Formats: sequence, structure tokens, C-alpha cells
Amino acid sequence: MKTVMTVDDSASVRQMVAFTLKNAGYAVIEAVDGKDALAKLKGQVDMILTDLNMPNMDGITLIKSVRSQAAYKFIPIVMLTTESQAGKKQEGKDAGATGWIVKPFKPEQLLAVVQKVLR
Amino acid sequence: MEDIHRQAFRDEAADLLHELEAALLELEDAPGDGELVNRVFRAMHTLKGSGAMFGFDDIAQFTHEVETVFDKVRAGELDIGKNLLDLTFQAKDHVKSLLDHDGEDLSPFMDQASAILSGFRTIVSGEGTLVSTEAGSGSQPVEPVLTDQPVSVEEGEVHRVRMRPRPGIYSTGNNPEYLLEDLKGLGQALVFAHVEDIPPLRELDPHSCHLWWDVLLTSQATESAIRDVFLFVEDECDFSVKTVETSGDVELRKLGEILVEHGDISQEAVERTLGGQKRLGAMLTEAGLLPAKSVEAALAEQNLVKEKLERKKGAEGGSSLRVSAEKLDVLQDLVGELVIVQSQIGQVAATLGNSPLLTLAEQLERLSDDIRDSTLSIRMQPIGSTFSVYRRLVRDLSAETGKEIDLVTSGEETELDKTVLDRLGDALIHLLRNSIDHGVEPPREREATGKPRRGAIRLSAEHSGGDVVITVADDGRGIDPEKVRRKGIERGLITEDAALDPREIMDLIFQPGFSTAGTVTNVSGRGVGMDVVKRVVNSLRGGIEMGSTPGQGSAATIRLPLTLAIIDGLQVQVGGQGYVLPLDRVEECMELRRQDLGSNGKGRILNLRGDVVPFISLREWFRSPGKSPDIEQVVVLQVEGMRVGMVVDEVIGEHQTVIKSLGPVFRKLEGFSGATVQGDGAMSLILDVKRIVRMSLGEAG
Repeated sequence: MKTVMTVDDSASVRQMVAFTLKNAGYAVIEAVDGKDALAKLKGQVDMILTDLNMPNMDGITLIKSVRSQAAYKFIPIVMLTTESQAGKKQEGKDAGATGWIVKPFKPEQLLAVVQKVLR
Repeated sequence: MEDIHRQAFRDEAADLLHELEAALLELEDAPGDGELVNRVFRAMHTLKGSGAMFGFDDIAQFTHEVETVFDKVRAGELDIGKNLLDLTFQAKDHVKSLLDHDGEDLSPFMDQASAILSGFRTIVSGEGTLVSTEAGSGSQPVEPVLTDQPVSVEEGEVHRVRMRPRPGIYSTGNNPEYLLEDLKGLGQALVFAHVEDIPPLRELDPHSCHLWWDVLLTSQATESAIRDVFLFVEDECDFSVKTVETSGDVELRKLGEILVEHGDISQEAVERTLGGQKRLGAMLTEAGLLPAKSVEAALAEQNLVKEKLERKKGAEGGSSLRVSAEKLDVLQDLVGELVIVQSQIGQVAATLGNSPLLTLAEQLERLSDDIRDSTLSIRMQPIGSTFSVYRRLVRDLSAETGKEIDLVTSGEETELDKTVLDRLGDALIHLLRNSIDHGVEPPREREATGKPRRGAIRLSAEHSGGDVVITVADDGRGIDPEKVRRKGIERGLITEDAALDPREIMDLIFQPGFSTAGTVTNVSGRGVGMDVVKRVVNSLRGGIEMGSTPGQGSAATIRLPLTLAIIDGLQVQVGGQGYVLPLDRVEECMELRRQDLGSNGKGRILNLRGDVVPFISLREWFRSPGKSPDIEQVVVLQVEGMRVGMVVDEVIGEHQTVIKSLGPVFRKLEGFSGATVQGDGAMSLILDVKRIVRMSLGEAG
């Protein structure tokens, strides 16, 4: 079973992501911000879904830190962006993000993206 | 329904029609020959059954009527005359034209069909013994098959996709492999990998991507849908998507033009090179102007367009090639010989220590490995590839009979020779049909006897020693031996006072003309089934057995010898002779230490980390001459759920083994599933571990 970590300061987004992915047969680890995510990043994590704007540590910094760890250098990292964050999207890609999902999104869109990058 | 299944039916039907014609021609000379009538009947029956399954409803309906006529011939109610034969020849031609024009408007052929059928009806009623109501029953719809709209992958346009990932693509978590998979998911894709940019090994960064691809995608997807595949990698991957013109009026384009359009080469370079005599592609490659892959991709594009144009002209497009099994057998043998010679060369080269020779020997080894693998892969197919067809069959037929039946399959990965698999297909269909029609009871009857409402049919395949065992078992009402016996007497197969044991009674089912069903249905029950099954299985040098517990179900077990298969073997040595143990049964190898032996000293029991494991000394088993070495080895094997040790002189190592069956002289020899030839040309016997363990336990007990 593949394990996906969802990082978001919004509990409702985390809940929706976790619910959708668990139903689709993934294991899910939840983290409330970048710092929490880094603390929980150990063992088998096959993919990360992260928000960009978060307290303590933002998504861009998280992506950079994850990419600097050998074990997670090549795992897919998908960022959750909003329409207004076009510049942020490029910044995230430069930091090493695999792809993005534009908020708001539907569960099936989320699954489509996860299945696109995680096999 | 998948196109491959329809194609398979078309191939099969062509064979059946061929067989039908041959039988009819012979029948002209010998109108009284019952076996010939049976052959005609069976061909029609199979055409009807499989035709309905794959959505060839016109063929199914038509052949159903012809079959009904021949059923009467078979029953002796109708004589073969010139008229009847003429009509049957016409019928055969009609089926052929239906097949040839599959997918087109078939209405022009319908007049022909009704002419032939009314001809048959005249003959049947002319005999005076029968009225045409019987024949008319054929106009009922045959097996309602839910035909999925056939989706032809050849539909749609040809797109040329070039994707060239930047070296750093992996560090964004993207994977070009997925992109290729996504493209393949859109339609039919021809993929050409460019390897020319891979740097020498010492400069190679394994974290970078050095490959790039040309993909020819035939798909109904729009260009923007194809571009969407690359959504996340726009910055990490250069890609281009172009639609190739294939409409009927374009001129077939020259290779040079295609390459220039790809941007692989300039127009001038092409013209400069276009002076020589050789083919352009070869010249360009030789001249070092561009890599062979680019030429290959462009050539494939040219071919694809060519094929499409030809198909539009109505010519026959690219189809599968059917080769006779004998030719493959010869090839198989030659490859076997080649592999042996190759490993001899390898050994000689190693002894001589001549380095150019060693290099050549290594190249030869790689080549012969590839040849061996691809030759084997031509023939071997997992049996699971045919299971989906059966699932459909069970679904449709159980709906038709008003029963609720699940098909449970196992052992899908068991590989069988393709020819065996093909020929077995009909036999399995017959067995399944029988289980559905005669075996599993209607839901209400099941509930009344305290069984679950839904019946189950188990279709399983497994390797057992040197055999592949295929079982079709149902949990239905079983077979009543008394009923079988009475039927046998009625049909004149046995005499009233014949004393038969249960097994002999079950064997009656496999006699031609035997059927226990009271009524004739579309599903089964004209008694063509089981004798055909037995004949097919026998012709594959296998055997079939029917087992049944009244009230609890019945099971047909087919045993096929593993005529050709490849196993991973563990090569061992006992008394100077090599043997091969099937690697999938091996758990571990270890030294046999005296202190691990059981307390009784002489010990046939081994202490394996506290577990008690019985062992067999192969040296004793084969009564090998000579003294056992000071340190013996134990191979611990998993046999029928328990662990058994086999003591050998020496474990040599893993070894891919082509099983060659032993000659007929040795057929009765128990404990071996075959033989194989080692690299040095010596023979090794492949041990049937299960059998040896059983024999040895039997001996002990």
C-alpha cells in the first residue's frame, strides 16, 4: 500500500484529502504545517501533498527540505495552489514540486492527479 | 468486446470452415460415414457457440439452423443427399462471407441466407418424417449476447509525439515512464527510445534522464488531450505533438520528407545523400548524419500511413501471422541445440583465456539468451489470458438459464503452450457450459436444499510435478451414477447387465452421443460436448477425469503433460550425476551437520532451528555408488504444505531449465518430471519432488 502525506493548516482540507485517499486504498499521514511534516517524514512515504501558505514553515521551504533528503529526493510532491498564486506555482516548481492542484478541487480531481504521479 | 477476442474467433472460424469443407468433401464420397457427419455437426456447433459469444450473432443464428438439420442426419432421421451437401457447401460459403464482411452492412447477404435455409427446410419436410416447426425453432434469438460497441484501436488519427525530458526531470518527482504509459493509455502507441545521448558509463549520472522518445500514437484523443499528458512537465520536458495526415488523398510521403519535417535533418543533407544506390535510411545512418532510431521512427510512421491507406482501399491490413505448430517445434529444438553449443563455446573460451574470443562468446550468450526467451515467449501464455472470456460466458449463460453463478478462478499465472491453450479453449467452454446447464441448480432449488442461493464454479490451474492440472468444479447437484448408467444402456453404450465401477460409469459421459439432459437447449446438451473434450485432451497427450458427489457438485480434472516449459531450477549433484530441483519449492540450502540430526543417530529427521524436518537422502534414494562426501548439503523444500529436506552431495546453483520430456520408454518412471541439458552437454534429470516425497513417505509408512 502506498503512503501519502497530506500537509495543510486547514483541518477541513486535510480531512477531505485523507478521506478521499483512504477510500482509494492509500495510507495517509496528516501534518499541520511544514515543520510538523518534516518531523513526521520518516519510513515509507511515497508522496506528499502540500499547501503552500502555512504557519511555522511554508510549502516552498518544505519542498526544498524534502528534496534535500536522499530518501525522498525523487518522490512526487504535489502542491495545492489557488488561482491567484501563479507566481507561487513557478516558485514551487523551481523548488522541486512535481505538479499542482488548483483549489478548490473535487475528490476525483485529486485522485486523478495522485494516480498520474504515483504508480 | 476486445478486438483481440474477435480476431481470435475469426482465426478459429477460418479453421473450422476449412475443416467443415474437408469433411463435406469426404462425405460426398462416403455419405454413410457417421464420424464425418459428427465432424460437420461439431464444426457448426462450435461456430454457433463461439460466434454468439463474440457478438457474431448472424453467424450464430444461421449455423444454429444448419446444425439442427445435421442433428437429424446424425439421429438417422435424414439421409445425406446431393441436395443437402450442395446446400451445406453454400452455407459454409455464406458463413465465410459473413466473416469476411464483419463490421459492414450485412443486409446484401440476408437473401442468400434465407434461400439456403428454405432449401434446408424443403429437404427436411420433404423427407416426410418431420415438419418444419422443429427447424423453425432456430429462428429464436440465439444466446442474447450483450455486445459492447467494438472499439477499434485502429480508429482515429496518427499523432507524432516527440518527448525529450531534461536530464533533471527525476528531481521533480516526475517519471518519463509514466508519461509513456499515459500516452499508451490513449490509443495504440509505437514507442521508439533514443539511446544515442546516453553518456559513457564513467560520466553517467544515474539520477539523470538521458533517454528520449518518439511515439507514434494512433488515437481518437485530440491533440490538446495528448498535450495534457505533459501538463506537469512543461518545464522539465521538451515535447511536440503533431498530427500526421492520413486521409485518403494524400500522397505517400517519402522517408526524407518525414525526417525533414521532424527536424531531424535538413533538406540539403537529404539531397546530398540521395545519390547512392542504397536505401536512404541506411545511408543516412551510415553517414553518421542521424541515429538509427530516428530513421526507424520515421519508417514506422511511413508504414503506418501506408497501412491506413491500404486499409481504406479495402486491402487487408496488418494482421497476426499464424504459423504451424510444427515449425515452432523445429525452431524450439534448434534453439535448444544453439543454447547448448553456445555454453560449450563459453566454456572453451574461458579455458583458452583468449580475450577477443571471450568477448565474442559473451555476445553470443546474450544473443542466444534473447533468442531462447523470445522463442519461448512465442509459445507460452498465462492461462489467465483466456479466463476473462470464460467469465463473460458464465455471466451470459447463467443469465440465460436463470441461475446465479459466480466464476472463481485461480492459478491465472500458470503458463501453458499457446497451441495447447488454444485447443483447450473449446474444451473448457464445453465443461463450463455443462456445469452451468446440468450442474448448478436454479436458485430456488439450491435454497431448498440448504445451499447458498448463488452457485459457484471454480476454474483453477496449477502445476503439479510435471503436469499442469486444470479443474472445472461446481457446487451443483452432482452427477447421478444411476442416471448415467440408465442412459448408457438406453444409448446402447453398455449392456443391461454390465458391471461397472463408479469410475467406469463416469467415463461413459465421455462417449460420443451421450447426453443426460432431457431437453436440448442453446447452452449445451446435444451430447457433442464431452466426447469432444476428451478427444481434445487426449490429442494433447493429457487425460481427463470426472468426479462427482451427488448433491454436492462435480469436478472435471484435466491433466496435461508439461511438454514445453521453462522453470527456474536448482542444480544439484549426487554421486557425480546432476539433478534439477524446481526452485520455487526451495526454501533454503544448508550444510548437513551431525548435531542437527535427530537423536536416533541414523536419523531421517533434521533439527532445523528447533523445527523437526524429515529428510530424504537422494544418494540412498538413487542407490548411487561411492562414498558420500564428508560435508553433505541439505536443500529444504516446501512440499504440499510441509517442509522436507533433500540431502545432496553438492549444490551447484540456480539454472534456467528448459524441460524436455522423457521418451515413451521412460514414461512409467516415477519421480522425474523431465530432463534438461546442461551447459557442458551433460544431461540432468528434473526431479518430481512431490512424487518422490509421497513415494518415500509411503515406503516409510
